[in-house]
Amino acid sequence: MSLSQQTLPLTGVEPHRTENLRSDHLLVAEMVQRGSKVLDVGCGDGELLQILEGRGIDGRGIELSREGVNRCVAKGLAVVQGDADTDLVNYPDDAFDYVILSQTLQATRQPKVVLENLLRIGHRAIVSFPNFGFWRMRLQLLVGGHMPRTENLPATWYDTPNIHFCTIKDFVQLCDEINVKMERAVALDLYGRPLRLNLPWWFWNMFGEQGVFLLSRGGEGK
Amino acid sequence: MTNVQSIPGPSIPSPSIHGEDRAHEADHPTSQVAKFGMEQPLKLDCGVDLAPFQIAYQTYGELNAERSNAILVCHALTGDQHVNNAHPVTGKHGWWDTMVGPGRPLDTNLYFIICSNVIGGCMGSTGPASTNPATGKLWGLDFPIITLPDMVRAQTMLIDRLGIETLFCVVGGSMGGMQALQWTAAYPARVFSTLAIACSTRHSAQNIAFHELGRQAVMADPDWRGGRYFEHDTHPHRGLGVARMAAHITYLSDAALHRKFGRRMQDRELPTFSFDADFQVESYLRYQGSSFVERFDANAYLYLTRAMDYFDIAADHDGVLAKAFTGIKTRFCVVSFTSDWLFPTPESRALVHALNASSARVSFAEIETDRGHDAFLLDVPEFFDISRAFLQSAGKARGLKTAGG
Repeated sequence: MSLSQQTLPLTGVEPHRTENLRSDHLLVAEMVQRGSKVLDVGCGDGELLQILEGRGIDGRGIELSREGVNRCVAKGLAVVQGDADTDLVNYPDDAFDYVILSQTLQATRQPKVVLENLLRIGHRAIVSFPNFGFWRMRLQLLVGGHMPRTENLPATWYDTPNIHFCTIKDFVQLCDEINVKMERAVALDLYGRPLRLNLPWWFWNMFGEQGVFLLSRGGEGK
Repeated sequence: MTNVQSIPGPSIPSPSIHGEDRAHEADHPTSQVAKFGMEQPLKLDCGVDLAPFQIAYQTYGELNAERSNAILVCHALTGDQHVNNAHPVTGKHGWWDTMVGPGRPLDTNLYFIICSNVIGGCMGSTGPASTNPATGKLWGLDFPIITLPDMVRAQTMLIDRLGIETLFCVVGGSMGGMQALQWTAAYPARVFSTLAIACSTRHSAQNIAFHELGRQAVMADPDWRGGRYFEHDTHPHRGLGVARMAAHITYLSDAALHRKFGRRMQDRELPTFSFDADFQVESYLRYQGSSFVERFDANAYLYLTRAMDYFDIAADHDGVLAKAFTGIKTRFCVVSFTSDWLFPTPESRALVHALNASSARVSFAEIETDRGHDAFLLDVPEFFDISRAFLQSAGKARGLKTAGG
């Protein structure tokens, strides 16, 4: 498996798109205030950054794969080659208004440290990840007796770059543990459509295919 | 590059066939010249005020009414100001014809391109091959030691003279990239964007070692005559040729040498059992050495390699590179090449980390190629695409007109 395939999110599958843009990107872009400064960690080929720049947002990116970086730079985007696990330490505190980690958390070696770094560098963080508590995943393990594979996560257990899967429930628990405040939480269904807001957590954890969270530092400004 | 088959392969680089042309260019260049009198000395890092002095430069394209589209191209160690025109000594194409010109990434239809010969060089800017007006003789080793910051300080005086407040971009590869970084660190308000290619913020120990090898080769040549060869009507072409051969190896890569030459023989089937240039790679290197000495002054080579050795931006900022770029607004694009072992990617990465720490807007691309350090001078489409996009994006931010009109 090439370097690019390991890191570009949602490999091998065309995610749900609205007017040719990925719906989770549009949702994330909605969460970012205009005129702010954003770092997109694991920015792939720069689609989200392009949406953000189109909205007058100062966007920067980090991407692990050389191919991804070069495609971004050839679009005029401010992207550097780097690794979420090792290179976030180089960024100073409060350097950005938002730091975005889109579909990458589960591929990091130390998700907790990465999450802490996101909220050190940025005032807010926006994190999206595939929900391993999604009913199809549960069914495959329960009935099929094998590690789950879906359209959005087609890799087999032995070649997946995703080494730290979690459920929405797990993620909420981690946020509590490291005193991270959840400002907004959205679960998307298999087609990238947001689930209704007034549903209980267990329902999201069962029927959300991915979770998107707007986070800020807990215990501040209170 | 060079057609290897046509090279005869002399055992020693031939004496300069363009010696007189070269000497003439040092004082009377085939270029525009900005002269600075006694009242405008160049304050050198070594403590000397150099005056009078001159800068030879070329321009391409037109400066717009807002004077906002000027790009300064900084040349590498053995380059010169002839970026996009025939060389006055060798008659060869401009050294960056692939990058600069109408429709090229550095588009002369859009931008006003300036390139000046560095101070200490031998193509018309004041250097050791120039005449010292105080004595009427060539400077030689009496010329003061110059540094990268000195070169850049001289360029700021030229840019002032041209009536340009802020450069749209400073571009350079290798020593040119070092100058671009020095420009940005020392005069951040005057640089809107920086394109730094195959370079570093400091010269590594290995690179200093290679330069020392080259200098020793020059000085070991009896024709060097303590640096006053011009008074004896000689030129240390053997020493300078060897220096160039060694340096040229560092500009390539093992893979590129294997691809181009392998172990193939030069115009023969069997080894001659002599020290003749049996292998194509030997013949190629000898040609590189001999063609270089035709156009370059040996003392200038000593001075310019020395200037690179002394270069270390962090050292001027308490050893912390990030401090050199604190609060910088300049947009950066840093480019490295996978097979460049002279300025390997980790050097660029260290710069990028420092720029990240300063929250600078930086793009960084490592381009895969087996062509080594010299890749920045060659036809590498991905490199051109990235350079073009960076300049277009920066141009948009600066409100320049675009290729579409």
